Amino acid sequence: MSTEPYDAALHAHGDTHGHGSRLGYRIGSLLAIVLTVVPFWLVMSQPGPAPGWTAAAIFALALIQIVVHVVCFLHLDTRSEGGWTLLAFLFTAVIVIITIGGSVWVMFHLNTNMMPMPGGHMGPVR
Amino acid sequence: MTDHALNARDTGTTWHLAEQEDHDHGGNGATVLGFWIYLMSDALIFASLFAMFGVVSTSYAGGPVPREIFDLKLVALNTAFLLASSITFGEAMPHLEAGRVGPTRFWLAITGLLGLAFVGVELYEFSHLIAEGAGPQRSAFLSAFFTLVGTHGAHVTVGLIWIAASLVQIGQHGLIQPMKRRLICLSMFWHFLDIIWIGVFTFVYLYGVIR
Repeated sequence: MSTEPYDAALHAHGDTHGHGSRLGYRIGSLLAIVLTVVPFWLVMSQPGPAPGWTAAAIFALALIQIVVHVVCFLHLDTRSEGGWTLLAFLFTAVIVIITIGGSVWVMFHLNTNMMPMPGGHMGPVR
Repeated sequence: MTDHALNARDTGTTWHLAEQEDHDHGGNGATVLGFWIYLMSDALIFASLFAMFGVVSTSYAGGPVPREIFDLKLVALNTAFLLASSITFGEAMPHLEAGRVGPTRFWLAITGLLGLAFVGVELYEFSHLIAEGAGPQRSAFLSAFFTLVGTHGAHVTVGLIWIAASLVQIGQHGLIQPMKRRLICLSMFWHFLDIIWIGVFTFVYLYGVIR
């Protein structure tokens, strides 16, 4: 690692925050607006149940927007705090994916394979 | 509460990391990293709430389904308020770094007003849902909905209190170094809440309406 980025980090007041370039921040704002408007337009322009690709598209756009916010607004990069913020973020991302994805996956299969209840509807937890 | 923790870090032992890199910054590095860790733990709380919502999101118990009760125009308005408030907070940051009190307070106040509008619209939505019989006790789906969205709203409300306190404190002390550090943490908190809202409007509202 060259000394130049280290020096930049050393002299940046406000540490991980606020010293990101204004250009990066403007691009981030613009991207955030576009990435918010597009999914709303996708859903609101077609009333009723939408095809599967719409759901896939809005989730993909949300993921992209989260990355844009984290990079442009929270200024997460490999250098801030000696990489510890990035490490903490990646660790959290893994736990979040396991928690949400795992819960939905397991419970979906549990619901699908559940024995029908007498006198009641088979289906998700109520 | 947070201030106590910050002050304790100031007067107490500093990390070797802070000694090496931030000796002239009042230990900002350690505080910002600590606050980042807090945000990550808060993200885990929201992850568990999202997981719960995901599991029961179709458990309507014969009650209303998302398509019948969610007003996407209202959600779009709310999303615009929160995203705009995130952008206006970003406008305050260069003024904060340069130590310009007036513009910092101006943009912070705008951020607070947009946040207030967000909470106002959300409370209107909640009262509207409860009035038409879609309260949290109606079905597992609605319980999870009110818990997840309500927890986010509570966070935004705490952020509003923090913004109001900061506006008063800037007036009293000016933009001294501890004040800058608190505002850096506040800006991280505020941007973080906007990131959580991306998950809420996508997973809860948009996906709820099209499924």
